[in-house]
Amino acid sequence: MAELNETHELSFAEIEDLVFLLKNISGFDLSGYTRSSLKRRIQRIMGLEHMDIVDLKNALVNLPGFQTYFIQEVTVNVTEMFRDPAFYRKLNSDILPYLSSFQRIKIWSAGCSTGEEVYSLAILLKEQQLNERAFIYGTDINSQVLDVAKKGIYPLKKFKEYTENFNAIHLKENFSSYYTARYDAAIINHDLRQNILFSTHNLASDQVFNEFHLITCRNVLIYFDLKLQERVINLFYESLALFGFLCLGTKETLIRHEVMKNFKVVDKELNIYQKIK
Amino acid sequence: MIEKPATHMIAIGGSAGAYELIVELLESLPAHFSVAIVVVLHRNSKYETKIESSLSQRLNKKVISVKDKMTVLPDNIYFAPPGYHLLIEPHFSFSLDISEPVQFSRPSIDVFFESMADIYQDKGTAFLLSGANTDGTYGLKRLLEMQATCYIQDPKDAKIDTMPRSGMTVSKKIKTLNNAEIIDFFSQLI
Ligand SMILES: C[S@@+](CC[C@H](N)C(=O)[O-])C[C@H]1O[C@@H](n2cnc3c(N)ncnc32)[C@H](O)[C@@H]1O
Repeated sequence: MAELNETHELSFAEIEDLVFLLKNISGFDLSGYTRSSLKRRIQRIMGLEHMDIVDLKNALVNLPGFQTYFIQEVTVNVTEMFRDPAFYRKLNSDILPYLSSFQRIKIWSAGCSTGEEVYSLAILLKEQQLNERAFIYGTDINSQVLDVAKKGIYPLKKFKEYTENFNAIHLKENFSSYYTARYDAAIINHDLRQNILFSTHNLASDQVFNEFHLITCRNVLIYFDLKLQERVINLFYESLALFGFLCLGTKETLIRHEVMKNFKVVDKELNIYQKIK
Repeated sequence: MIEKPATHMIAIGGSAGAYELIVELLESLPAHFSVAIVVVLHRNSKYETKIESSLSQRLNKKVISVKDKMTVLPDNIYFAPPGYHLLIEPHFSFSLDISEPVQFSRPSIDVFFESMADIYQDKGTAFLLSGANTDGTYGLKRLLEMQATCYIQDPKDAKIDTMPRSGMTVSKKIKTLNNAEIIDFFSQLI
């Protein structure tokens, strides 16, 4: 474990310096990110690159491409298909049947990382035969993960766990009918990839870009402080059609935020809300 | 309502064989105490265990499964939720992180101990209990560097002694306590 053996201690004051520097020299503003996670991630980069704080600042200012690399490594992109099966069960049993009365269903997966969440949603839509009139936008700050998402090819070894998740949702089809296994890779079926668009969008600085009936933003807000969370929730509120749904990660809470008075709690444990005014 | 965060923290790291002792020491707690207690226990995230709510009822105390950005409050017992790393922010709130497991563990005891060392420094106390891996060892090292108080369950009393034995390699200065002494410690908290 390189990052354990080679420790690069970073103080919180040094983190503030770096955040300030990055904001001034690039379009990336990390000031709303949790410091405890930034500390771990930046120390990890310093370990990987064998850099001290001076090297790091130098690279951020002078090394072409390093800012983008830094953002890619600072963000946590860990994801899986059908993470939290109970959430997908609820989507399948309640939320999608509700949305099926809409003529078109527009979905936004914000902070979609390498796309596993988007394809999980596409599979549910297909099961409910809603895929033809649904459209999913997958967005992330990190363009590298979006390149992976667009390909829809994943390591096959991960699919044992995904199959367990999938089976816990109790759908009609077999999970294996949604992908093709080739050597050590799993390729998501072509028909699932229609009506999906992946593109970059920065939740910390970008604006509303469409109107949606369902927004999922799971395990992204945990990296934001309350103030940035507030901005993002307002953005979601403005992006939702009336009676549209907002779905967050199971360990996130929003009750503190003012705008939540415009939402009805659909499921407290699973963190599903509906815009009612 | 402005809640005042806990000024002191006691953390308990445990894995296989630690759960029974954790229940026992929580049972021995006085009705109220001025610290925040945090339990980081390895458990399978696929099975939604209701440890927190059942303990809450049994002990008649606030036993909370941590949610993101909760303020760290005194007189509360917090459990790290399975499937996430647990961290502490400089202004004393919890934050969750879903990055890769560390040494196959998420939550990782090392990750939490290190974050607690950063924030609570000499106001932190940590216990490392039974387990079949070496998680927590690096965290103890970081805690000691920040002048925190560290204890290890006496390997003779541990159901699985790998974790405490590994922890003992950090420094001879770390005290080992047998189960009775650990329970005693918690019963005398104020
Ligand atoms: C842990 S992943 C969550 C993936 C997926 N939603 C899930 O729950 O499995 C967090 C994602 O949020 C993205 N992210 C972080 N900051 C962001 C920002 N400001 N705008 C958009 N996406 C961001 C990261 O790049 C990362 O891919």
